[in-house]
Amino acid sequence: MANSHATPSHLQAPGGAMSVSGQTAQTVQADWHRTGAMLTRRRWSLVLTGLLLASAAVILLSSQVGAVSVSLADAFAALGHLLTTGSLDASSLETSSVIFLHVRLPRVLMGFLVGSALAAVGVTLQALLRNPLADPYVLGVSSGAALGAAIAMLLGIGATVLLLPLLPLFGFIGGLCALALIYRLAQSQGRLPIHSLLLAGVILNAILTALIMFITSIMEPNRSAGLIAWLMGSLMAPGYPTLGVIAIYVLFVSAVLIHKAQVLNVLTQGEETARSLGIDTERVKKQLYVLTALITGAVVSVSGMMGFVGMVVPHAVRMMIGSDHRLLLPASALVGGMFLVVSDTIARTMFAPAEIPVGIVTALAGGPFFLYLLLWRKDRMI
Amino acid sequence: MPQPCSIRSAIAVEGVSFRYRSDQSGQSGRAWTVDAVSFAAEPGEILGIVGPNGSGKSSLLKLLAGLLRPALGAIQVAGQSIDRLEPRALAKMVAVVPQEFTQAFPFTVAETVLMGRFPRRRQGWWNLGMGDESADDLLVAHRAMVDTDVVAFADRLVTDLSGGERQRVMLARALAQESTVLLLDEPMAFLDINHQIDLCGLIRRLNRERALTVVIVSHDLNVASQLCDRLVMLKEGQVFQVGTPAETIREEVLQMVYGCEVVVDAHPHSGLPRVTMPSVSSRV
Repeated sequence: MANSHATPSHLQAPGGAMSVSGQTAQTVQADWHRTGAMLTRRRWSLVLTGLLLASAAVILLSSQVGAVSVSLADAFAALGHLLTTGSLDASSLETSSVIFLHVRLPRVLMGFLVGSALAAVGVTLQALLRNPLADPYVLGVSSGAALGAAIAMLLGIGATVLLLPLLPLFGFIGGLCALALIYRLAQSQGRLPIHSLLLAGVILNAILTALIMFITSIMEPNRSAGLIAWLMGSLMAPGYPTLGVIAIYVLFVSAVLIHKAQVLNVLTQGEETARSLGIDTERVKKQLYVLTALITGAVVSVSGMMGFVGMVVPHAVRMMIGSDHRLLLPASALVGGMFLVVSDTIARTMFAPAEIPVGIVTALAGGPFFLYLLLWRKDRMI
Repeated sequence: MPQPCSIRSAIAVEGVSFRYRSDQSGQSGRAWTVDAVSFAAEPGEILGIVGPNGSGKSSLLKLLAGLLRPALGAIQVAGQSIDRLEPRALAKMVAVVPQEFTQAFPFTVAETVLMGRFPRRRQGWWNLGMGDESADDLLVAHRAMVDTDVVAFADRLVTDLSGGERQRVMLARALAQESTVLLLDEPMAFLDINHQIDLCGLIRRLNRERALTVVIVSHDLNVASQLCDRLVMLKEGQVFQVGTPAETIREEVLQMVYGCEVVVDAHPHSGLPRVTMPSVSSRV
């Protein structure tokens, strides 16, 4: 059979398969790109560029909205000032520019980081547990992290900027313990059935919440009020050092997770298949659990408990762009960031000047979606 | 009786024993699930593992795949002991088609088959996880899909396919690994007769064209008889007999292994042994 393409000899089609003989990698890829059969670099860049632009727009627009509205000109003036002088000292600026730079922007950026992190954790846990309902909040990982952070607050750790990285660390330890516990509770004969997973999550959440309530009850009243507001999930305007610490956590873990995207893909095929495809599943699972606990601990320590972001966002994104984690993971992170920024904007403007904790908004948006999945899409969930 | 293991064997099993940790039964001293099993599959042959339910067929296949670790004995693939191989190195030599298809999330057929390239891929930090599939990956996957006749639904979700189609997708994924040994666990279990015929023909063709060594677990003696060059007959975790279908599928052997009477005659076309039930009325 004449084959002018540079096809390796072992790939030459034998008699029965005439249709392959004319195919090159380019035609196969073009074909599969056209029909959407596989993720190509082109689609990957298009989707992510679009989402990055949308994220920038959402961040900028949300920073304008609030009790005092900041015009786009003032926002750009503040950004220009920041870029040209490289200093956060805004004494020379208009009041609204100062509000933008020191109140709105850090809060919106923090919201974006928290939302991204929760969505990335959700994607990872879903692949790891092979279950679309997995979410750090539902499984009790967030509660574990919150308990860790609450203990740290009780002990007075994290009150100063210098000790700030310790607060995420306590959250990390709490989250990791919760994750290890849930895994042991829900596992039976090497499988993680969805019902035992959810049940274990409910019970663990109840126990952890009781412990957190215990801590709040023995704290001085003025400190416990702050703790309760934090627990419900709220973003306060953080200082830039806090923002920097959390950004390092989130960016580092996200980069590692994105690097592991192919491994996540293969893990969703089932544990035995993943092993027969050359993945050291036990080792990879441990790495991924530690990473998810690390990032959950970091974001919970600054924002409390945000319900359902980690489940709703990956699910919606998966419906739109498919299951390939190479795109799903970064896309979910960006959409998660936008989702939380928009939720937070609603939380702080809807009953202005009063603010409601953003966790309430995300739970009210995500909870019904969770129920819908549980009730009407059972067939897809085992 | 341990067979001498030639360095040529595609896969060689020497005195392998295995038992599951008695996690639920709690009884100590449980019998071995796989008990001092030895046999070898020669390059390019189709070897069947047959035996009654609970005789250790599937456990033995998982041992061959490196998914379970033997308590005693050794398994070699092309002369190399499998516990000394890295998971990726083993995946380049041995591919597995599992009995059940499990996929937690909807992937397309092409994406699923491309996952078979995973052990042969290298991924760097610089490409943010988005390493384009190499030309080789695409061509091998495409070729596997043509061979298994699933190329027409490359863009469909595997979860939307029928049982027979899914089985072919899993076979394509395993072929994309370009391994020398292919392990199949009850590939016909959920298939209708037409799909069974297609799949048997396909396995035979792949075995011939690609010089693949195939080890296949089947509870269906007639499929094993038609498809396999040699059979390993298991009884209660031990090898009862190894030989060609004509040597192993005999009434007296089956009587001893399965403990029941069956009728064995010759298949009208192939002349290979054919197993049927004795007429039910004669047993009353």
